[in-house]
Amino acid sequence: MQQKLIEISVGLLMLAGIAAVTFLALQVSARGFSQNQAGYNVAAFFTNAAGLTDKAKVSLAGVTIGRVESIEIIPATMKAKVAMKINSDVNYLSNDSTAVIQTSGVLGEKYVAIYPGSADESLEPGAEIHDTQSSMIFEDMIGKLVTNLAAQD
Amino acid sequence: MQQIARMGRMGIAFTQSLGQSALLLWMALTAPPDRMSREFRRLVTQLYFIGVNSVLIVMLSGLFIGMVLALQGHTVLSRFGAVEALGQLVSLTLLRELGPVVAGLLYAGRAGSAITAELGFMKATEQLSALEMMGVDPLAHVLRPRFLAGLISMPILAQIFNAIAIISAWVVSTELLGIDSGSFWANMQQVVDFREDVVNGMIKALVFGIVITWVALYQGYTAAPNTEGINRSTTRSVVISSLSVLALDFILTALMFGD
Repeated sequence: MQQKLIEISVGLLMLAGIAAVTFLALQVSARGFSQNQAGYNVAAFFTNAAGLTDKAKVSLAGVTIGRVESIEIIPATMKAKVAMKINSDVNYLSNDSTAVIQTSGVLGEKYVAIYPGSADESLEPGAEIHDTQSSMIFEDMIGKLVTNLAAQD
Repeated sequence: MQQIARMGRMGIAFTQSLGQSALLLWMALTAPPDRMSREFRRLVTQLYFIGVNSVLIVMLSGLFIGMVLALQGHTVLSRFGAVEALGQLVSLTLLRELGPVVAGLLYAGRAGSAITAELGFMKATEQLSALEMMGVDPLAHVLRPRFLAGLISMPILAQIFNAIAIISAWVVSTELLGIDSGSFWANMQQVVDFREDVVNGMIKALVFGIVITWVALYQGYTAAPNTEGINRSTTRSVVISSLSVLALDFILTALMFGD
């Protein structure tokens, strides 16, 4: 009886441990799993990718459709190559789509927004987007604002 | 001169006990195994004494620490108008640092001290020598199941602690502080990575479990066989293992999240 009780409570401990890890995996870190979704790679070239990080969102009309996989510099053009993984069910992006680095909120994280074009052909796996708009740099913006205000006077 | 000699003596004593404890652990782990069912039964019994008995204190601490973290985080974040980030603050703090460390300290105080006291008493009442007389290896029968049980229990305890603390932080945030439940979870999910944060936290807990149990076993096994000796060993076991947890946490954090 004593041994039985011990075995039952140890079993419960194991179950509680599994439940805790499952909770942490599903409710707390949903991100770790969405990454493993099947998808295809698309690269975009930006003159400035400041503030963008790995695993940042790729969104279409505000809906997340993929993640940034890696960011590297292309020495020949000195542009930032942002490799993205787009979910495979999103296969209707036209091949003249544009990519823009945007910020969620005033101080939020950076993400890549895709604006669909009007071409009939869609983006193939491995396609490259050259029609892009780079990160908005806060200091540059302030600088422009100041010169504009000065010009008006 | 006297001082230098004393430092040298301390260094030699430290290295000696480190080597002795490593040898002790090695011998306990490599001792010829018994029948599988018996090994398993001994392990389950120790899991009960070490793991199950620590669950309640770990859960209660998790409950309160989660609530305090939410309250304290809210005070700071509301100054910057970023209370929505409370979820990520609480979860990252818990998963990466507080969970493994606090669970480790509780484990050292609750189970580590018990292991040392038990072994010390077994030694003082000559139960260990009696086992040896009967041809039973005390290393394999007494030390090994305790070590394995500690190593298994710690990650489980740490994750139970994390889960309870995050839930209690969520309750305080939504009920008391009026943060939207959806944005609490969404913000958390945005930054927490399973591999990076949850698994690394579990690795930390595993390392702490190994070190604490190892210290506790060595201190108990080498305790002077009298009341005062047991007393001193138990204190030393808790002090050494708690300090090791804090020092190791720094090293592990630097390795895992350093760059």
